[in-house]
Amino acid sequence: MPEAKATLATTALRVREHAIRMSGGGGCFLGASLSCVEILVYLYREFLNISQDLLDDPARDYLFLSKGHDVPALYGLFVELGWLDSARLANHLSVHDQIYWHPNRNVPGVEFHSGSLGHLLPVAAGVALDCKLRRTPNRVVVVTGDGELNEGSNWEALLVASAHGLDNLLVVVDRNRIQANAPTEALIPLEPLAGKFRAFGCEAATVDGHDFNALHRAFFEAGQADGRPQVVIAETVRGRGLPSIEGRVDRWFCRFSDAEVTALLDELHGAGPARLYALPEVVR
Amino acid sequence: MNHPTYSETLLQLAQADPRLVVMTAENRAAIRDLPDVLDARFVDVGICEQTMVGMAAGLALRGRTPVCHALAAFLTMRAFEFVRTDVGIGRLPVKLVGGVAGFLSEANGPTHQAVEDVALMRGVPGMQVFCPADEADLVTGLPYILASEHPVYIRHTALPAAIDHDPDFQIGRAEVVFEGSDIAILTYGVLFREAWLASRMLRAEGISVRLLNLRTLKPVDAEAILLAAQDTDLLVTVEDHFLTGGLFSIVSELLVRYRVAADVLPLALSERWFQPGLLADVLSYEGFDAGKLADLIMARWHRRN
Repeated sequence: MPEAKATLATTALRVREHAIRMSGGGGCFLGASLSCVEILVYLYREFLNISQDLLDDPARDYLFLSKGHDVPALYGLFVELGWLDSARLANHLSVHDQIYWHPNRNVPGVEFHSGSLGHLLPVAAGVALDCKLRRTPNRVVVVTGDGELNEGSNWEALLVASAHGLDNLLVVVDRNRIQANAPTEALIPLEPLAGKFRAFGCEAATVDGHDFNALHRAFFEAGQADGRPQVVIAETVRGRGLPSIEGRVDRWFCRFSDAEVTALLDELHGAGPARLYALPEVVR
Repeated sequence: MNHPTYSETLLQLAQADPRLVVMTAENRAAIRDLPDVLDARFVDVGICEQTMVGMAAGLALRGRTPVCHALAAFLTMRAFEFVRTDVGIGRLPVKLVGGVAGFLSEANGPTHQAVEDVALMRGVPGMQVFCPADEADLVTGLPYILASEHPVYIRHTALPAAIDHDPDFQIGRAEVVFEGSDIAILTYGVLFREAWLASRMLRAEGISVRLLNLRTLKPVDAEAILLAAQDTDLLVTVEDHFLTGGLFSIVSELLVRYRVAADVLPLALSERWFQPGLLADVLSYEGFDAGKLADLIMARWHRRN
């Protein structure tokens, strides 16, 4: 990896700070945002050929965030990349800005709006198809949730992507094993997940989604086109970085007081578990 | 009345514009000749309408103009959320061509009947809706429709031309087929021919009938509709669509918005699907063939006077 692992870890820490701050006020989907931090940091810092100067370049890479409720992590990262003014994060949920619970293209760098699950794999497959038609070398990455894979449109899109040999399409599953309000395996079991993807004609690998070296190896492998769509199942932990909410089924959407946000930031920096008073919220 | 087919016109437009990509969810009836000639710009995704529409959005993000084909019922309903969320919110110029809409589904039964497609598609912000009378009307409008910067829903038809259509096509402008001052018949799509024949019957009875082929229902020719309401004593809307959300609703909205009072006879499907059968039999059974339309309109006209 060209960039030192320590630098990536520092970026990840900053991104988590931004996301935690967004859980104050009206709140955000903090648990889901924290599980995908290393995935996004790795992809934007190390893997993708994307920068603000390249947005009009037909040969650049793409990242579609299909599990759109984790957008605090994306916006936090955009701040760290220098794409987004950090002051705008303070506008979170303001009707006078466009920083709300799901991504939208009014924020530069967001490829497409999402929020309704199971949409961006088909959309990304369309982009990947056009890249093939034009013979441009783009890689088109889609980040999906694991619960999101309940939606049949993902599997339709994989059938089609496989039929069209879209090996420039790279699906990353944020496998935190908890969907909105239930463990995935208790509700609608997905395992054997890699086997399912392979049965749909994809190449699939499973990695520790919080380990930059592991992600690097997996994406390097996945970047080697072999005629099949590529899938990286990134095993992650919902709420990663905050032991007080890690792996908790009831900490998907979080709305914390200012004091709790401060305590969570301290917890993130190793101060021990934050005392949380906000009741877990069930959104769906 | 020689005109190129839909397929020939689409091919010609695709050859002139490399942005066009022809897609289908394994419904090739209208585009059977295109796979070989368009090669990679012909994309058959198989039987998955929602994935087709999602992929079309992705292609449009890359500057393409995808022209998507599927049966109207599945394109507008199975894939509705993809149309609304990916194409609609994205304001992408995806063209959606619905096959066998309305009575054209013939004997397929209610699963295949798109008789709410206009309501659904016009409910999507930015979406335009084109419902040509026949294939000649379709190919007349097609170059303008495909050049539109909007997403467009197209009610496909391969019916032979009922009349020599006005070659001057404008999105949002109705074709005035007959002028008249007693009754104005407003219609679109497959029922245009029946309405045209009914108009002739009524005119032969000495009733001055105006006939409008709406062509695009969104944007609709509000001026032509309001003029018809002002100039005539009875408006008749004729459509193979539910009573809610289609042309009758469009006309009602306009009359209320512009405070125009008018007598309106809506001929549509009220709270039901239609009896499946071959087109001519369906038209007759459901009371939409020219003779029955003329009788209904005449009865209403005489009751009125």
